[in-house]
Amino acid sequence: MEPEKKNMTNREIILGRIREALKSPEAVHEVPVDPPSSFKQWLPPVGDSLEEQMDLFRSNVEDLRADFKLCASLDEAIRCLQAMAVEYDWKKIGLHRGVLTETVARGLDLVKVMTDEGYVLADLESCDAALTGCDALIAQTGSVLVSSTTSGGRALSVLPPHHIVLARENQLVPNLTVALERAQEKYGDQYPSFLSLITGPSRTGDIERILVLGAHGPKRLTILLVR
Amino acid sequence: MNISLIVPCFVDQFYPQAGLDAVKVLERLGMIVNFPTAQTCCGQPAFNSGYWNEARAVARHQMAVFRDAGAVVILSGSCGAMVKVFYPELFQGQPEEAEAKTLAAKTYEFSDFLVNKLGVLDVGAQFSARVTFHDGCHGLRELGLKDPPRQLLRHVRGLELVEMKEAETCCGFGGTFAVKFPMISTAMAEVKCKSAIETRASVIVSNDSSCLMQIRGLLDRQQYPIKTLHLAEVLART
Amino acid sequence: MNPHAKQFNAAARSTTADLHHREWIQKALGGYYAKRDENKDRFQSWSSARTAAAAIKQEAITHLDRYLVEFADRLEARGAKVFWAPDAQEARDYIVRLAREKQVRSIIKSKSMTSEEIHLNDTLEREGFEVVESDLGEYIVQLRKEAPYHLVFPAMHLNRGQISDLFQDKLGSKPTNNPGDLTMIARNVMRRKFCEADMGISGANFAIAETGMISITENEGNARLTTSLPPIHVAIVGIEKVLPKLTDLALFLPMLSTAGAGQLLTCYNTFYGGPRQPGEPDGPREFHVVLLDNGRTRLLADAEQRNALRCIRCGACLNVCPVYKNVGGHSYGTTYQGPIGSVITPHLRGLRDWKHLSQASSLCGACTEACPVKIDLHHHLLRNRRNAVTSQTSVPEKLLYQGFAFVMRRPEFYRLAAGIARLLRPMQWLVQGTWLDPLRPWTKTRSFPAFAAKSFREQWNQRKKT
Repeated sequence: MEPEKKNMTNREIILGRIREALKSPEAVHEVPVDPPSSFKQWLPPVGDSLEEQMDLFRSNVEDLRADFKLCASLDEAIRCLQAMAVEYDWKKIGLHRGVLTETVARGLDLVKVMTDEGYVLADLESCDAALTGCDALIAQTGSVLVSSTTSGGRALSVLPPHHIVLARENQLVPNLTVALERAQEKYGDQYPSFLSLITGPSRTGDIERILVLGAHGPKRLTILLVR
Repeated sequence: MNISLIVPCFVDQFYPQAGLDAVKVLERLGMIVNFPTAQTCCGQPAFNSGYWNEARAVARHQMAVFRDAGAVVILSGSCGAMVKVFYPELFQGQPEEAEAKTLAAKTYEFSDFLVNKLGVLDVGAQFSARVTFHDGCHGLRELGLKDPPRQLLRHVRGLELVEMKEAETCCGFGGTFAVKFPMISTAMAEVKCKSAIETRASVIVSNDSSCLMQIRGLLDRQQYPIKTLHLAEVLART
Repeated sequence: MNPHAKQFNAAARSTTADLHHREWIQKALGGYYAKRDENKDRFQSWSSARTAAAAIKQEAITHLDRYLVEFADRLEARGAKVFWAPDAQEARDYIVRLAREKQVRSIIKSKSMTSEEIHLNDTLEREGFEVVESDLGEYIVQLRKEAPYHLVFPAMHLNRGQISDLFQDKLGSKPTNNPGDLTMIARNVMRRKFCEADMGISGANFAIAETGMISITENEGNARLTTSLPPIHVAIVGIEKVLPKLTDLALFLPMLSTAGAGQLLTCYNTFYGGPRQPGEPDGPREFHVVLLDNGRTRLLADAEQRNALRCIRCGACLNVCPVYKNVGGHSYGTTYQGPIGSVITPHLRGLRDWKHLSQASSLCGACTEACPVKIDLHHHLLRNRRNAVTSQTSVPEKLLYQGFAFVMRRPEFYRLAAGIARLLRPMQWLVQGTWLDPLRPWTKTRSFPAFAAKSFREQWNQRKKT
């Protein structure tokens, strides 16, 4: 049987099994499902004001051994990035097009690998740092939501050893539910093929349960929030 | 108040003092204690091994013995769980379902009865010792009885209650598990005993004699000097 | 006794006697307990979260056909290929065929218990493909040619010295005592593999029906690389992984991470909704999702036990199980270990061969207490025991319990039996500890109590007389 037809048959086989299986009466009656708006009553609490959320985000990020810098202006962000380039001795940086990333990277005198039109893997692999935008910052967990649309593809934010995220104040959201709802509103049916919730630098505890940062993903994560 | 006592089969044969002391405490609190002598066993060994028909047969007898009883007090978390949690499950959809639920509703484990039914924390006991409490799994998880035994012990004059790290960890008895998988059962007992000894308590107390049988068994074989007592035996001391 | 039960007993016997192993696992899990409790305490109500999670998962599995169709249709609309695999053989065949067709040589994998379940690696290697596990713990056990020790922490049983020796032996690296350096060695090896692999194979933690996405939870970043760099991405997904809505992840991701790893969220929780879309600069050109049944519908058909399909594979039940802690992950001889493994393996692989796992439990209930989706795991063990008895009776055991019931329904027989036992007890003292001793499984390591001089009822009756 040709593969397509076989697969259709398999689909019917499995669905048939499921429908047959579900015919037997439920041992316990069904319990109603709570709407996502109720999750926030049970998950870690988040304050209502921007200041509270900012503080919570900052403290979560620091607990995760990532860096958070609040920049009063784009100029400050530019200077901040320049200082990092010197401190960490960057030679090459990966980034993608966009007002925020291109503006902030203006002051960098480095080799720049732009990912938007595609890239040579070896070039990206040898970058010292990656500069991306994001979809949201989440106060509740200290996470950054990125997508292939907002962070220059899939690999840029995970391959180079230092990931710098640029965000604006209005991108800070209280919790995961809001972040996911906003992503749904923003993208509608045309989702990017990749969305990722980044919570701290890469890590492993696989050796004797001892924490080691920078397993396969970036060892350093810096979040610059520009007012 | 009239109460009927269920004394588990192994308490009856191996640890009768726990039963007698429970009676002492209950009478001290003004209860009139009945012990229907036709009682035998709750049927848990058959139930745990998967022989539910045989367990039902034994349960029917037990339910008949206590049909006309008022409040029923049972001296073990595991037998208590059998009556309160598993009898209704065993008889679900069967003619005896209502009767099983009735018995379940009027049955209390010993510490549950004292604290939650009578509202008593201080039974007038006196026992100078450093004591650590072992939570029998059924009493802890099926019946939700973490606090009552501890509240009772804290009101015993002279008693110092210390918590062991593995208080909630299973002692490894588990009924037939103890003889079907003795190596695992023994390892679990060793973890429990080690944790108890680390508290430097002189007595391990539990509200489940089957657990105490396991723990005592290991302590004796390894010749550790720490004692074991049922909760009722502590509360009876004045 | 069937060979699986024999193997389990032998493994359990040797591991429970290994005091070093006992201490090691205790220490490894101690850190997890502390972090887990810390993060559970951050929840305003962990117990309400559990109830909600259980309800959402129950909704998903009781309408599984609808959600799977929604999931598959949406994925296919975005250019992904969904293959429905009724069993392990079909899943393996599909992947092998695909790899051959695309002239794949090297395959990189991120952690997938489902791929372990279908023994995918063995098949791929036999067919001549190079397969490398990219998760550090999985890579380590792969090099050692052994099964993962734990659902979430595959190399939990090894110390740094053993890992250093392993790397020195297999990779020619310099010996080191530093976990950071050991991690770097693996990172460098893996980097090349990520960049050169022709195919990346992953599992999935959740399958979101509403948006047609899979969600992968990890800390290292290896799954992100496995699914981003190679031109083909294959994900093997058990059909029970379905969640109805994207926003359900707002509840499930923190619960999975807290219960499974003791973290509020792991480093990367990534959602994949298709191959590279037009305008995207990278990502696989082909995305294949293999939906695996392999016995799950059998479990679904069992109305009493179907809630075990709520399982989100967090590993929390393993982490609290006193049996698991003493026998270790390798004793089970199954893909899924610990309480959940003992519950579902009879459904996936047959009750006759695997009922012993349900018996190897004291039914303490710590697993049920820990489960984020409120599966009554230890009650399922009881049900498995009942099913084992009704489907395959052991005549001696049946007689024993019929005898038990006979005696216990008749108080006079109970007293008689107790009397006989008392008379025979001195004889037991004589044979105690020898092979003649009927209590030997107990008395080998523990002393057995003496009968009380007077039973409770005897003393009660005496009281009545006075």
